[in-house]
Amino acid sequence: MKKFLIRRFLYMIFTVWIVTVVAFAVIQLPPGDYVTSLVSQMMAQGVNEIKPEVIEQMREQYGLNDSVPVQYLKWMRNIITKGDFGYSLTFKRDAADLIAERLPMTFLLTLSSVLFIWVVALPIGVYSAVNKYSPGDYVATFFGMIGLAVPNFLFALIIMYFSYKYTGQTLSGLFSTDYATAPWSFGKFIDLLKHIWIPVIIIGLAGVAGLIRTMRANLLDELNRPYVDTARAKGMSEWSLLWKYPVRYALNPFVSTIGWVLPGLVAGEVIVSVVMNLPTSGPVLLNALLQQDLFVAAGFILMLSSLTVVGTFVSDVLLAILDPRIRLE
Amino acid sequence: MSTISQRQPKDAAEKPISTPAPAPPALDKGGDELSIEVASQWQLMWWKFRKHRLAVIGLVVVLLFYFVAIFADFFAPVSTSTYIADYAYAPPQVINLFQDGRLDPYVNGYKFDRDPKSFKKIWSLDDQTVIPIGLFVHGEPYRVLGIIPTDIHLIGPRDLGQPLYLMGADKTGRDVFSRVIFSARISLSIGLVGVALSLTLGIVLGGISGLVRGFWDNIIQRLIEITMSIPALPIIIAFGALVPIDWNVLLVYFIVSILLAFTSWTGLARVVRGKFLALREEDFVLAARLDGAKSRRLIFRHMLPSFYSHIIASITLALPGMILAETALSYLGVGLRPPAVSWGVQLQEAQKITVIASYPWLLFPAFAVIVIVLAFNFLGDGLRDAADPY
Repeated sequence: MKKFLIRRFLYMIFTVWIVTVVAFAVIQLPPGDYVTSLVSQMMAQGVNEIKPEVIEQMREQYGLNDSVPVQYLKWMRNIITKGDFGYSLTFKRDAADLIAERLPMTFLLTLSSVLFIWVVALPIGVYSAVNKYSPGDYVATFFGMIGLAVPNFLFALIIMYFSYKYTGQTLSGLFSTDYATAPWSFGKFIDLLKHIWIPVIIIGLAGVAGLIRTMRANLLDELNRPYVDTARAKGMSEWSLLWKYPVRYALNPFVSTIGWVLPGLVAGEVIVSVVMNLPTSGPVLLNALLQQDLFVAAGFILMLSSLTVVGTFVSDVLLAILDPRIRLE
Repeated sequence: MSTISQRQPKDAAEKPISTPAPAPPALDKGGDELSIEVASQWQLMWWKFRKHRLAVIGLVVVLLFYFVAIFADFFAPVSTSTYIADYAYAPPQVINLFQDGRLDPYVNGYKFDRDPKSFKKIWSLDDQTVIPIGLFVHGEPYRVLGIIPTDIHLIGPRDLGQPLYLMGADKTGRDVFSRVIFSARISLSIGLVGVALSLTLGIVLGGISGLVRGFWDNIIQRLIEITMSIPALPIIIAFGALVPIDWNVLLVYFIVSILLAFTSWTGLARVVRGKFLALREEDFVLAARLDGAKSRRLIFRHMLPSFYSHIIASITLALPGMILAETALSYLGVGLRPPAVSWGVQLQEAQKITVIASYPWLLFPAFAVIVIVLAFNFLGDGLRDAADPY
């Protein structure tokens, strides 16, 4: 077990390192550099002329005269030691502040979606497997298929359209206007609960559909095992038999899904947040990318991906605790 | 599956071929002495596949979509760039089949009032104006498959130039219906290009991983795990957004399909690796090896053909993800861009909820996406079940 944990941990560190390189590539790829965009922005704001010396000085200040590996190391050093992600040109603030403001909301939304997926998919999946080919099973399968086929941003659009049409309200944001800028309070929390469930359902839909199918398939395999017959022959009631053995067995994917559902959820969150204009990472990330506000973009990509990787690691560890067979792999 | 087919070729060959089934995909590249067994395996798959009714419907829908996409010029009343500015945001028309008790299809023309405040046009259908429409009418000239010049369109107004907006008009007065049809070309093909790329990656890496094992297997396995645990979308959006605006459509198309390929090669690589691992222990592989087959022949002649069907099923299941990804990327403005027409590009117009509320027909492309993705999912499910017909 210890060996397994150490190995997984090393993989995780390695993956996070890859992520930092990819995020850094986002800063480096576009033509021109940070100072070029800064200068063109200053020109656009009415500064007539910027002396070449000043530009050169800014280059020095931002370390752009260094070689690419050195720039990477400096960028990483600033993040690790000072929590400094660079400066946002479009928002005129530190990228770190933006990230600190938006990322917790993404975290909350993603986590709620995972919970939602579990709570909904477990009973439906079990029902579908136990009552195979019943009308309820067909309904579940049908909605599962639809859930997989409707891209979540479209689902968001359609829900927003109907809400706007029939209630006149635009479903967007996570707070009412009164609470949007207010400091945290109990009232704000309640307000958040009132808003968050819609994006949670939208983001979680595809995951629910996928998990129902996995759960059903897994449980169907387990239900035919001899140990089920044995338990039944001993006179155990169907209900406790079901929950005590096969369901527990079939639960594995629930834990392992954190691993493969999480990247999808983060992706879904980014898109749905853009459509619904939620105060999470998505809109800022997209905006930063389109405006070439690269330090912000790289910071968000780095943090989102790292959190996902850590989440996957946690799910791997949980799975290993739950299922000893995994450790031996 | 392959085990049985290879061990008992006689049995398979003697199975009565009672149903005249259409030829299965011609992937049989084997020699003459093998063709009967291989064919009968595909035959068995076809029989199994046919039982899965939803999958058959899925197959029909998928074929229909590709057919329409290939002959889009014929099916669409007008081209993608044809516009009548006067009819911006005109609502969909309804086809009336009968006129004065005779079969004489027509649509109603438009009339509009001005909103006194915003001066926006408020459209309504005008019962008085009748625009006769017909099948196989003469319209804009085009070339079938880029070769044969003609001007016959499946459906259109009988008098050229009259408005026909079966799914309404967009903000410049272009026909949404025609554009949905033309969009199928890009939306349906970009997934194929993406899958082809990811399949190449998947087979090469999965193949190495499953055959060589040891050090390289370990490296590739880690690579797959790492790729899977990184949320692809933010990174794809990043690279999509970095594509310069002035690049031409074809180049952007290619870049986007490469990006899409990165979303699905890992799954395919895992399937291929698993299959190779299982197959290398099989007797027929051992037999071929003892026969002195070189490893290249072993892989391409003996091992790969025995799981073509699994690969096809995996491809079918990977395609909808790609179509969805393209739609989402283009919708966000970081995938394809006008003048390219894809369903995602069309949906870009439906960004604001107020726009959608006033002109809900702009969401029609979304239904095309949903239908084709459903069809692919059903088809893929059926293929996966049929891939192992024994």
